[in-house]
Amino acid sequence: MKKFTLGAGTLAVGAAIVLSGCGGREQTAQNGDSGTTAATGAPSSGIELTGAGATFPYPIYSKWFDAYKMAKGTAVNYQSVGSGAGIKQLKAKTVDFGASDAPLKDKDLKEMPSEVLHIPTVAGAVVLAYNLPDVKGLKLDGPTIADIFLGKIKKWNDPKIAALNTGLKLPDTPFTIAHRSDGSGTTYLFTNYLEAVSPEWKTKVGSGKSVQWPVGLGGKGNDGVTGVIKSPGGFGYVELTYALENGLSYASVKNNAGKFVEPSAESTTAAAKGALEAVKKDVRAPIMNAAGEGAYPIAGFTYILAYKKMDDPKKAAALKDLLHWAMKDGEKMAPELHYAALPDELVAINEKAIDSIQ
Amino acid sequence: MVAESFENAPPRAAASAKEPIRREGFSLSHLVESGFYWGTAFFAGLVLLITVLIAFQLWRTSLPAIHAFGWKFLTTSTWDPVADVYGAWPFIYGTLMSSFLALLLAVPIGVGTAVFLAELSPKWMRTPLSFMVELLAAVPSVVYGLWGVLVMVPALRPFQSWLSEHFSSIPLFVGAPMGYSMMAGGLILAIMILPFITAISREVIKAVPPTQREAAFGLGATHWEAIKGPILKSARSGIIGAIILGLARALGETMAITMVIGNGNGANISLLAPANTLSSALANQFAEASGQQVSALMYLALVLFGITIVVNAMARFLIWRMARDLGRAA
Repeated sequence: MKKFTLGAGTLAVGAAIVLSGCGGREQTAQNGDSGTTAATGAPSSGIELTGAGATFPYPIYSKWFDAYKMAKGTAVNYQSVGSGAGIKQLKAKTVDFGASDAPLKDKDLKEMPSEVLHIPTVAGAVVLAYNLPDVKGLKLDGPTIADIFLGKIKKWNDPKIAALNTGLKLPDTPFTIAHRSDGSGTTYLFTNYLEAVSPEWKTKVGSGKSVQWPVGLGGKGNDGVTGVIKSPGGFGYVELTYALENGLSYASVKNNAGKFVEPSAESTTAAAKGALEAVKKDVRAPIMNAAGEGAYPIAGFTYILAYKKMDDPKKAAALKDLLHWAMKDGEKMAPELHYAALPDELVAINEKAIDSIQ
Repeated sequence: MVAESFENAPPRAAASAKEPIRREGFSLSHLVESGFYWGTAFFAGLVLLITVLIAFQLWRTSLPAIHAFGWKFLTTSTWDPVADVYGAWPFIYGTLMSSFLALLLAVPIGVGTAVFLAELSPKWMRTPLSFMVELLAAVPSVVYGLWGVLVMVPALRPFQSWLSEHFSSIPLFVGAPMGYSMMAGGLILAIMILPFITAISREVIKAVPPTQREAAFGLGATHWEAIKGPILKSARSGIIGAIILGLARALGETMAITMVIGNGNGANISLLAPANTLSSALANQFAEASGQQVSALMYLALVLFGITIVVNAMARFLIWRMARDLGRAA
């Protein structure tokens, strides 16, 4: 079932890219199309929304937008072109909404033509995957992970790792460290975490969608990184959904409460819950290293970006309806695709923000 | 000799031959003639215009980075999107080195195969072998990349660990044997440019006038003597052209090499270390880049553009000089 939706989604995005090639001019033609194809579901509303941005939430967004079209008849074209490109398109107003894994900084927000809202949609976790055939249930903590990526820990049986894993037999294998070679929200999340747990990482490397890695091999995309992780002694970071789909082993990571927590949709939602106080003040607040015994420490939201004041009131109404639907019905689909649903408190915050769209 | 006498004689004859045609269907044929001239000139101009526009656009968008880093961009090795400090040397080195490695491997194999196919191979082998070579040229680059990741890189690992164990005193073979490396990049490029070098060289060697061959054999030359002497000498400029075409492909190749070269930072002399190329840096980073990083990437593209132009110009010069020398000798 999942395979099927993904396949259909890929086709849809291919069509979306072809159709949206010329921007707004194509809109009328698309509306004509959606009128006929929507015959299987609800009657067409005649409105078509377009969005562009992050690749990380693409599987769930394509599922949402399929289901939404069946339920409400409004077609949504989403192009997973990358967060950066999505923000550029939103800025140029060639799309109705953008999507990004990293929230916009204050400076970037000021550069947008008018006020932009961040709507967190789902949360994801970054997991540390490894390739040691005889090792199950590896445990790591933040400083150790940072030291590995700084090149200070070179072998798997290093005393620092052994100290965290009493009872495990670690091999005398050197690390083959994998990182993303392309800019990505995953890297943004992971380097932000390393910055938070290691002062040395903060001064030497810093955080961002792409950084100057001190050591390791770069792989393009999650699949490229997975390829490198599958080398002997491989170690790297990928999204939880990706690790699960590819059957990679991944480590439990020590959280703020001193507990080793395995990454999962539940422990990611727990992280969102643990960071609720900060998120209430600003939805852009990071949720890594959140409080709570069950919270997985390397987690983050992915956001839909929308203008508070949209040019076309009809589209504003359609987008509001879509986002309300996503909060109510969409969130329920998150776990089966291994995304973490938002805690109820955050859904309430989102509903308020969505209502303010005009 | 023949050419000279031909050049002297014809002008008058050609002019007189042209006259009657003009008089008979003056307006139409003239129109077609000049339309043809301007039409083709327009297409040729279009190519020039596109090239100039690409260069201009690259230069314009890279201006912020050019102002910020200047020529130092070409020689510094930091590529730090966090601090917005950029230098292109590791990428320039990676592009040149991987292409050089590719030529080092592909030229002897490619030219050797071409000689065998054109001169030595038994007839029944010629067609299937030529077909295989051309088939290699048609394989998409991402397929080469996948093969590289799944087959070549794991196969390289034991070889690399043997190298690093026995030859670590040589700086070329220092480091952990991870498979993904400059060596893997050069190797995959070599395989990818091999069919171009082979197929074109074979055609060029086949085009050597049979009289040359027969003369050499007539003088008692062996196969080896005939090939190394007259045949390869006449085919030389064509073979260099084939190598240049291969080199151009190697310099610009993106997908396959990105998948196996390891995308590491810094310019490392060791062939076992991960490296990076100009085109793979562009492919990797462009989608999520913003601000100064975009113009630094555009600057990289401008550098790549410059390198390909310089390499092509050098190749032209080489072929031109060789043709001139050959002309003199004859």
